[in-house]
Formats: sequence, C-alpha cells, structure tokens
Amino acid sequence: MSASPGVAIVVFPGSNDDRDAAWALGALGADPVLVWHGEPELPAVGAVVLPGGFSYGDYLRCGAIARFSPVMRAVRRFAADGGLVLGICNGFQILCEAGLLPGALRANASLSFICRDVRVVVERSDTLFTSRCDDRQELVIPVKHGEGCWFAGVELGELESAGQIVLRYAPGDNPNGSLANVAGVVNDAGNVMGLMPHPEHAVDPLLGSGDGGLILASLVDAARDRVLTGVA
Amino acid sequence: MRATVLVRPKRGILDPQGEAVERSLRQLGFEVNGARVGRVIDLELGAIEPEQAQAEVERMCGQLLANPLIESYEIALEETPA
Repeated sequence: MSASPGVAIVVFPGSNDDRDAAWALGALGADPVLVWHGEPELPAVGAVVLPGGFSYGDYLRCGAIARFSPVMRAVRRFAADGGLVLGICNGFQILCEAGLLPGALRANASLSFICRDVRVVVERSDTLFTSRCDDRQELVIPVKHGEGCWFAGVELGELESAGQIVLRYAPGDNPNGSLANVAGVVNDAGNVMGLMPHPEHAVDPLLGSGDGGLILASLVDAARDRVLTGVA
Repeated sequence: MRATVLVRPKRGILDPQGEAVERSLRQLGFEVNGARVGRVIDLELGAIEPEQAQAEVERMCGQLLANPLIESYEIALEETPA
C-alpha cells in the first residue's frame, strides 16, 4: 500500500512537540498536517495527534484550558465517530481533562521535571496503537514532564479488567509515581489513546532508540486502513 | 457578590507539594504534622443572589475550576463592599 494517510497534529498555544510529531509521522509514511487550535473543523484525515508541550502555559491544571479550544469540539466529534486520536504527554493531559480518557495527571511524586529514557512494557499488542509491538515487549522511549503521575480512583480495577491499560513503566522504572505504573491508557472503545512517553522522540536509533516508531507506525497503519476503507 | 473558591487535593491523595512544604517547615524548626497545598480562586460575580451565586460557582467548579477526580473544593460567598 502506498497511500500516505493524513494525520492532523493540533497546534495549541504552547505546544512544542508538534513539529517533531509531524517529522516522525512523515518519516513513518503518513502525510502530517498541522492544524491550529482555533480551527473549528479538522481536515479529512485518518488520525489526530495532540502533541506534547505546555498548552496555555499549563495554567490552572495541565490541559485544563486547551480542552476549550475550538478544534477540540471537532476532535471530540472525530473520536465519537470512531476516529483515531493519540495524545502524547500534554496531549494525554488534555484528553484526560476533556473526559475522553480516564484518570488525571498530577505533579510527579518527586516534584521534579523528569527528562530521560524510560523502559515501558506493552501490556497489549492488539490495540490500534500497538499493533507493531509484541505482547510484553519492552520499549525504550523518553519522558519529559513535570506532571505525569497518572491517577484514577476506584475505576482502576475496571480499567485493568477492560484491558485499557496499554503501557506500563517497567518494574523499577516508574519516573513519576503513577498509579499501577501506568504510562498509557486507551478509552473503552479503543480508538483514543494517551501516553506520557514521547514516541516521536524515539523513531531513529541514531537518536538513542527507534522504539517509539513502533507506536507511531501502528497509528499510521490504522489510519491508512481507515482512509482506504472510508472509515474516518 | 464575591466568591472565594478553595481547591484542595482530595483527602488520601498524595500531595508531594504539601510534603515538601511540611519538610521545609520542620527544617525551620516549626512543629507541623502535615501540610496540604491547594489553590485559591477569587471571583467577582456582579449583582446576583447568594443562592444563584452558589449554584453558579458549583457549576464552575464542576466544569473547570476543580478536577473532581483529584480535588475537592469549598465555596465562600460575601457581598461586594459598596
């Protein structure tokens, strides 16, 4: 298949990994399109990425203000129609604040901003975002955040049994104190995912690891399928 | 009418900021058995009845000012001085 599926990358005021995400997705065969957060509509694409950064200066709570951006209405509709949405770091925080993903992201237990490679374990390889991975595969992907401590209340048990925990920090490598070592979750329909590690910073072994490319390439595969079958 | 909203980390939820504040106070020689750090939001609401103000601010808290999963809030109302 030669089709390059369109992937929209939303640019919020304060996003700073939008261009890295676009570069990585382009290198993996997608046709990335940067979309300003003030746009009321999304272009016709196979997937949407909410990138990392510090949207709206992290005012109030990380992601709390970005969820009101005009484009988020379109993202919400896109997700409700089964469209693929991936939130990376700040994008994950935005999706949680918007109620599109379960849980909340709080200050790291250490209170320090953490920027380093971490090992994460793929809990499920049968999702649209991990199809290129193997079950229990360990990936090396960098994190860089101050508020990545994922928390959920009593619903954690339900999320676990529903298989919504897709990525966990490897034993002994939880950088932020997140509950149950959670590094990435999907919604119950399986078409929206968020993760704190930055796959777009790990798509070339020259930069330390190519493991993030497995996640983004899975997304590109799924986006291509959706474009070809006419399911956005 | 004015409203003051106090947003706190929910009871039982780890508050690393509060722990750091507690440790620092101890280093200064103060005796404290716990510290929690939250945030204060002062709102000017204009001319509005207290019951209506209460309901309105509750909605603000539910939709934006607090994240109910991890934070609790209290609302205090006072008349704006003439």
